[in-house]
Amino acid sequence: MVKITINGNTYEAQAGQMLIDVADAAGIEIPRFCYHKKLSVSANCRMCLVDVEKAPKPLPACATPVMDGMVVQTRSEKAQQAQKAVMEFLLINHPLDCPICDQGGECELQDVAMGYGQDSSRFKELKRIVPDKNLGPLISTEMTRCIHCTRCVRFGTEVAGIREMGATGRGENTRIGTYIERAVESELSGNMIDVCPVGALTSKAFRFHGRAWEMQQYPSIAPHDGLGSNIYMHVRRNKVLRVVPRENEAINEVWLSDRDRFSYEALESSERLLHPMIKRNGKWQETNWETALNYAIEGLKNIIATYNADAMGALASPAATLEELYLLQKLVRGLDCSNIDHRLHQIDFSDQNDAPLYPYLGQRIEELEKSDAVLLIGTNLRKEQPLLNHRLRKAALKNTGMINEEISANIMLINPVDYEFNLPIAEKIIAAPSKIVSELASVAKALISLTGKNISDEITDLLADVSTNSIHEAMAKLLNEGEYKTILVGRLASTHPEFSKIRALAAWIGKITEAKLGYLAEAGNSVGASLTGVLPHQGIAGHKVENEGKNAFEMLTKEHALKAYLLLGIEAEIDSYAGSNALSVLEEAKFVVCLNSYKTKQMQQYANVILPISLYPETSGTYVNCEGVWQTSHGVIPPPENVRPAWKVLRILGNLFDLDEFNYDSSQEIQDDIHKKTVNVSLPNNLQDWKMPESINIAISNEGSRELEKIIEMPMYAIDSMVRRATSLQNTQDITQAASLYVSSRQLKDINITSSDGTSLDTQMPIMGDERVPDGCILYYAAQKDGFFSIWNESFKFCSSSYHVE
Amino acid sequence: MSMFSYLKSLSLLELLKGLRVTGEHLFKPKFTVQYPDEKTPLSSRFRGHHALRRYSNGEERCIACKLCEAVCPALAITIEAEPREDGSRRTILYDIDMYKCIFCGFCEEACPVDAIVETRRFEYHGENRGDLIMSKEKLLAIGDELESQIAVDRAKEAQYR
Repeated sequence: MVKITINGNTYEAQAGQMLIDVADAAGIEIPRFCYHKKLSVSANCRMCLVDVEKAPKPLPACATPVMDGMVVQTRSEKAQQAQKAVMEFLLINHPLDCPICDQGGECELQDVAMGYGQDSSRFKELKRIVPDKNLGPLISTEMTRCIHCTRCVRFGTEVAGIREMGATGRGENTRIGTYIERAVESELSGNMIDVCPVGALTSKAFRFHGRAWEMQQYPSIAPHDGLGSNIYMHVRRNKVLRVVPRENEAINEVWLSDRDRFSYEALESSERLLHPMIKRNGKWQETNWETALNYAIEGLKNIIATYNADAMGALASPAATLEELYLLQKLVRGLDCSNIDHRLHQIDFSDQNDAPLYPYLGQRIEELEKSDAVLLIGTNLRKEQPLLNHRLRKAALKNTGMINEEISANIMLINPVDYEFNLPIAEKIIAAPSKIVSELASVAKALISLTGKNISDEITDLLADVSTNSIHEAMAKLLNEGEYKTILVGRLASTHPEFSKIRALAAWIGKITEAKLGYLAEAGNSVGASLTGVLPHQGIAGHKVENEGKNAFEMLTKEHALKAYLLLGIEAEIDSYAGSNALSVLEEAKFVVCLNSYKTKQMQQYANVILPISLYPETSGTYVNCEGVWQTSHGVIPPPENVRPAWKVLRILGNLFDLDEFNYDSSQEIQDDIHKKTVNVSLPNNLQDWKMPESINIAISNEGSRELEKIIEMPMYAIDSMVRRATSLQNTQDITQAASLYVSSRQLKDINITSSDGTSLDTQMPIMGDERVPDGCILYYAAQKDGFFSIWNESFKFCSSSYHVE
Repeated sequence: MSMFSYLKSLSLLELLKGLRVTGEHLFKPKFTVQYPDEKTPLSSRFRGHHALRRYSNGEERCIACKLCEAVCPALAITIEAEPREDGSRRTILYDIDMYKCIFCGFCEEACPVDAIVETRRFEYHGENRGDLIMSKEKLLAIGDELESQIAVDRAKEAQYR
């Protein structure tokens, strides 16, 4: 600890801390542009010059480490003179177009010029003009306004991990931009808008729509990934105009993914359902709530009377609120039915009774940064959970400063596709989905020989035929060595046909190496849905149910098809693994009730009633994130027209069925009820004893096989109904590239895709070679918006298609 | 009452005094303006009905900065903005609620491009509910109609601003 004096007061500080940090902590204002607490220090704007005793010239506070006995003046004449001069220099080339600048009113340059600048300009010459860059559909530019603070450049290299922006030229000729004309494609690119202190980089979706002073700011929670990022919604006249991050060091720090930032555009979608609709005599008509609810109740009662309650099933979106999910399961279970699920993409449910209560991350989000060794299994982490990936990046690069060559955490992957990561990967295995289990088993075997631990015969037998190579051994070594180790199981593993084997092996490896095992919860409330019992085999807080119901996959397959469905917030045909099968199953069902915010053509084909429910900014509700933290948000705008919050709709449905204890008056009451019932639930132990798989298919070399193995990926901007309708996100590269099929580049010329009957298959989709895809596999993207729907139907035929190697 | 004052009131002296004042005014020059046949002169700073101006090439001046909306003490102005096709910042809605307006002139003072101005027009009425909520089209039309006078007035006041 050292003692320094700022403006006559003495403060204690850590040796080596920068002056500006000490001043910030003490509440002393020092103007700055290039300094950002989460980025490295570049000290190029010179705005934070302060007067340090015995220093001949003013020193930049952001780059001056404190020393014992330092005496600093921030408002002395010398300091003020320096600040005024710097301000004058910065304003020489900055246009005076504040009235048409979107940053006007919340601009750091405006504020600082007001506080530290002069009142008139001495500059009479012409100002510099810089042509604008096209940075893609999310960020709009006005490069003349740039003051070269390089925050966006540093953000790109240090946080986003892609050097997308850079500075070229010197002095007045410095230009910030992409080196060649290209869009900024980072999944965190929206944060550049926030870090830019002036109006050079602004939000394209928000462009010219509002002013900082006319919006109200309401806190909320973003439901599009397992993190539950804290956000502020900026609202004017009951319209959400933009979303910005709310600082929470434990969850999203100061960042926000583009998905959470731009999804609000879907609130105004033209597909929005505004009135309840019922289908009478094959014709859709808008009606009032009373008619629609009675119609729904009658239909469901009919099914229950004709068949029984088990002829009905409910599927819920894991992005719904905790209250909605709880009421749905209460409603369904109240009708003596157990067919309820939210795991729409999962196929392998064989170990669900032994599984942990919910997909827990296994640790706090912050703790990921401590990792020394991380094994990622089946995940495109950057696109699935952009901010968790950022934590790992921080772990891998030691600090958030300039990219450090010294690697501190060893990140390892076992993935079916060689996804691009923005962090150094120590070891990676790219294998076709069918080989993932055996690859994992190889790592396990390598660990046995490495540690020499005594293990049961069961395991030895299991792994007897498994062979290992140097990569498996290297992985085992790294996992065994580290101090803090993590194994993360991602989306491509949880949708794997042998998910149970993957997690049994992962847990076993976790146990042997004393690593944490974590699941990457897909949606904002995957954890909450499991916790409240939106599962066929267990009720709230993991209470076992007597007769196990059908799981999501079964419910949507022909053999197990049900007579009636209740769908909460999902478009079953695109939001589930069953895909086009789901469509035909639902079309054949006798009665389908949809609670949704949007209406689609497909929905109108299969549904009988569509009830309009509100989206997340329009309802109060709780989200439980991947680390088990409950976060409640309140509605920030009223739902439009006849739309109602889903918890109210479910509550009335409960009343109309004459079910007990359905008289909630507010979502808070429901939350209290859930809280009472789950108060004894502790964090799940992901490393519990698992039943080991009975056998492991040692992947046979599939050269003889003529079938292409399919890898289904979810484009990051198509994961739920809301994101799919956010127009800006739909124009990004992530979505446009999803309109193609990808096969290994080496095999591209040999591939002739035919359907099972041997006829050539017209997919209407280009087939592209992609080095990321392993041989013998085809990668395609599921869950796309309406226009791609027919392709999704066709692509199912690939399971029986073949390729010819000539 | 004394005898003196009794006699004084009988003589109608007070009445005659009053008639004298009336008589004097009968022959003095008159101040009355015969509105609407005659009108009082107006200052170039007169704050009457609003108008939106255009540049001489026909381009509307307003850039949707919303400063007038922010400064309006009566909350009479409502603006919605969007990028126009050519990418420039323009209003898609510019309403002044003349029922609320208190004619303080702050909007005109706040405007960085002299787009919103208060004209010399003070005679207007509405026949239906809502007639006095002036839309962008109406305000621009008034601006087009009165531009010659507005330009003269602004030029005259420019030296004081």
